[in-house]
Amino acid sequence: MTKKKKISRRKFLLRGGLGTLGVIALGTYVFRNPMRRGAIEMFEDLIPPYAGKGTDANLWFEITKENKVILHSPKVEMGQGTFTGLAQIVADELDVDITQIEVIGAATATGIVDMLSTGGSLSIAQLFIPLREMAATMREMIKGEAAKKLNLTIADLSTEKGIVSGGGKTMTYAKVAEGVEEWTIPNTPELRPMDNYKYIGKPIKRIDLESKVFGDPIFGMDAEMPDMLHACVIRPEHIGAKFESADTTKAEKMPGVVKVIQKKNWVGIVAETFPQALAAKRAIKVEWDIPKQWTEEGIRKMLEVGKGSRMITQKEGNALEPDEEGVISMEFKSPIGAHAQLEPNGAVAYVKDGKATVILSTQVIGITQNQVADALGIALEDVNIIPTYLGGGFGRRLNTVHAVKAAEMSKEVGRPVKYFFTRKEEFQNDTFRPPTHHIMRGKLNKNGLLEGLEHHYASGDVAINSVLMPPIANTVLGSDMGAMRGGNIMYRGIPNHRSVQWHTTLPFATSWWRSLGLLANTFVIESFMDEMAMKAGKNPVEFRLAQINDEGQGKRIKAVIKKAAEVAKYKDKPADGVAMGFAASIDTGSPCAHVVEVSIKNKEIKVHKVFCVLDCGIAVNPDQVIAQCEGAIIMGMSGAMHEKMTIKDGKLYPTNYGAYDMALMKNAPREIDVILLQGVDVPLPVGEPPMGPIGAAIANAVRRLTGQRLTELPLKLT
Amino acid sequence: MKISFNINGQAKSIEIEDGNIPLLWVIRDVLNLKGTKFGCGKAACGACTLHIDGEAIRSCSYAVKFAEGKNIITIEGLGTRENPHPVQQAWIEHIVPQCGYCQPGFMMATAALLNKNPKPTDDDIDNNIVNVCRCATYTRMRKAIHRAAELYQSSNPQNQ
Repeated sequence: MTKKKKISRRKFLLRGGLGTLGVIALGTYVFRNPMRRGAIEMFEDLIPPYAGKGTDANLWFEITKENKVILHSPKVEMGQGTFTGLAQIVADELDVDITQIEVIGAATATGIVDMLSTGGSLSIAQLFIPLREMAATMREMIKGEAAKKLNLTIADLSTEKGIVSGGGKTMTYAKVAEGVEEWTIPNTPELRPMDNYKYIGKPIKRIDLESKVFGDPIFGMDAEMPDMLHACVIRPEHIGAKFESADTTKAEKMPGVVKVIQKKNWVGIVAETFPQALAAKRAIKVEWDIPKQWTEEGIRKMLEVGKGSRMITQKEGNALEPDEEGVISMEFKSPIGAHAQLEPNGAVAYVKDGKATVILSTQVIGITQNQVADALGIALEDVNIIPTYLGGGFGRRLNTVHAVKAAEMSKEVGRPVKYFFTRKEEFQNDTFRPPTHHIMRGKLNKNGLLEGLEHHYASGDVAINSVLMPPIANTVLGSDMGAMRGGNIMYRGIPNHRSVQWHTTLPFATSWWRSLGLLANTFVIESFMDEMAMKAGKNPVEFRLAQINDEGQGKRIKAVIKKAAEVAKYKDKPADGVAMGFAASIDTGSPCAHVVEVSIKNKEIKVHKVFCVLDCGIAVNPDQVIAQCEGAIIMGMSGAMHEKMTIKDGKLYPTNYGAYDMALMKNAPREIDVILLQGVDVPLPVGEPPMGPIGAAIANAVRRLTGQRLTELPLKLT
Repeated sequence: MKISFNINGQAKSIEIEDGNIPLLWVIRDVLNLKGTKFGCGKAACGACTLHIDGEAIRSCSYAVKFAEGKNIITIEGLGTRENPHPVQQAWIEHIVPQCGYCQPGFMMATAALLNKNPKPTDDDIDNNIVNVCRCATYTRMRKAIHRAAELYQSSNPQNQ
């Protein structure tokens, strides 16, 4: 039964007469099932009430007069393939061809944005059910209107490729929508069974593929506004440096310089062109207050197990005493990591008459809107944040507060301003992956299985002090839930196991870096597990399987471990100079196991082949899930084998690619085989879980080739 | 100073005060061709790679005055949707890009490599394709480079 509902801002919205024919907008979604509602309640609550005025409406969908559907995505596209997955989801319930769908990132003035973030590899997982329900509801709304226009009943009608057909008549969705003043909103229709879908579950090509192959100007760095100026900002090189004063006289007279802006704690240079702004920036002498000359050793000493605030993040049975007989302890470390995303951070802003427009690459649209509104002292609805495609995210754009500086400079000069970081600023002022320190303890029983296993880990901030977390969260949670990722032990069959976190805030910003604590934590736990298997004289795959319970996600973890060993034909002993390394982890509900094939030449570790088995539930686009696995594996290799920021003369180094050693083409494995399992019937996160096991898998292979147990990232043979 | 060159098949003359500014900024902000990307400004990442007289050049570190009289090709001039370059065709077939920001630089570097070496081995690829891709699409890129070489040879029979 359908029923007529009053249209409100929390229900479906429609637009008409705005110069476009047949525009339909759905303001929010309707839930059929309370269970589902519970699952996504959090996400729903994050959608702010409609804050616009007049004819503006929060949109999910628009139908254009060309009979295309535009989806205003609340999530951004940073390479992870979300726009393509969302288009597939819409096409299958709305009955349009995939080529009829365009996906754009929702702007705050016209669409619904995720007020938290695009991150956590959650976009498809969060939107899979609500977006299908919305698309299905919209399809039924269209059928309802078409029935009136064609003088038929809804039951007579069918839909395909954006056309309603019935009784020998057809009508495009655009024609159906034309002139409709009030829509009849049905109860949320039953979703179709998975095997009825034409796009969901199929490896279709990315919808942004051609834009990216032909060099379209889709990124924040490519954004322009008429009459736009270019800006640079001076930033400190030293850790903890505070701005004191600047001599700007020379810079002010340089060619093209429009204005040098001195604020309380920063200097901005606005010029006609970027090279002019940069030249003027170099002519400014700044006095900094440098309270302390930080050293690498000083930072390391702050960050040790036993220092900072302690939180037990997992506890089962009794603790192992370090000096107890038979207890084996090992110490591990990981370095500071940089994001090194290729597109520098920046923003194009225009502030005029108390209203601000900001175009930028960001993972946090809503937070950026708040930051700009607060800084300018204007109302939230007077700030329009327009997201672009991101030239990489990786967590680096989970605080894009530089939008504020762009807006403040625009306000000063009364013209649009484009401001972005130089690469040196990116490297020295990153929100780094924190360094970590770990102690593992284990004790084998007489059967060669673990009686106890402990992971003690010290980390800098990941979630703590992030703009994404309410300050109270630290007090309430007591631990850093970002640093905790991968920190707990999945071998629940071990009678005594625990994980203890030690947290310290460092004097430079550390924060979210793709997969958070997972890269280092899994390296540590899985290296130690491998060492224990060797001590016990057991095959490391069998050793792992024997200590995972069926409870929780245990069955799924065991399934990926078994599958990986099977497809890779895992062998414990090296042959012909090639060793296999095995490791596994579970992150955000998606278990993953890797087998790597490694050789060593002139002390250089070479990874030839990686087998990856991932259980991420439903793969909406299997090709893009595989692409995420490939990328996460190589980025994980880069983090585990190459990357390291150091502190020299009180500054973070290096400051450019090349010097910051990263995996390049020559370092990438020539083959990556990805096998996907579907252990649950919902989509789960994909982009981060495959980063977990890679470091340990490589270290475990190196151990078998050389006898050396590498306990520090990046992995280097001495 | 006045600088004249040919870009993507069109003759262009620009008037510029400082001939030492990087060609990249003239291409992006004066000629409004945004496909060539800024990554590092020190010729270290390859995002700004374009062709000058057929050579792959990192335009962030190439003074615009040296472009005088040269023939420049950017990603916008490599191929079109209607008539893609074999490298672009291969990139589409293998669904290479993720975020896509570094990809024009990689495609330009690959096209220049194929001009010199129409059938690169894996080692040739390792030694010549040295740009940075943070999404780490390297495994697909390698496949796409081999595929581009096949397509390139069939479109240029003299190379066989």
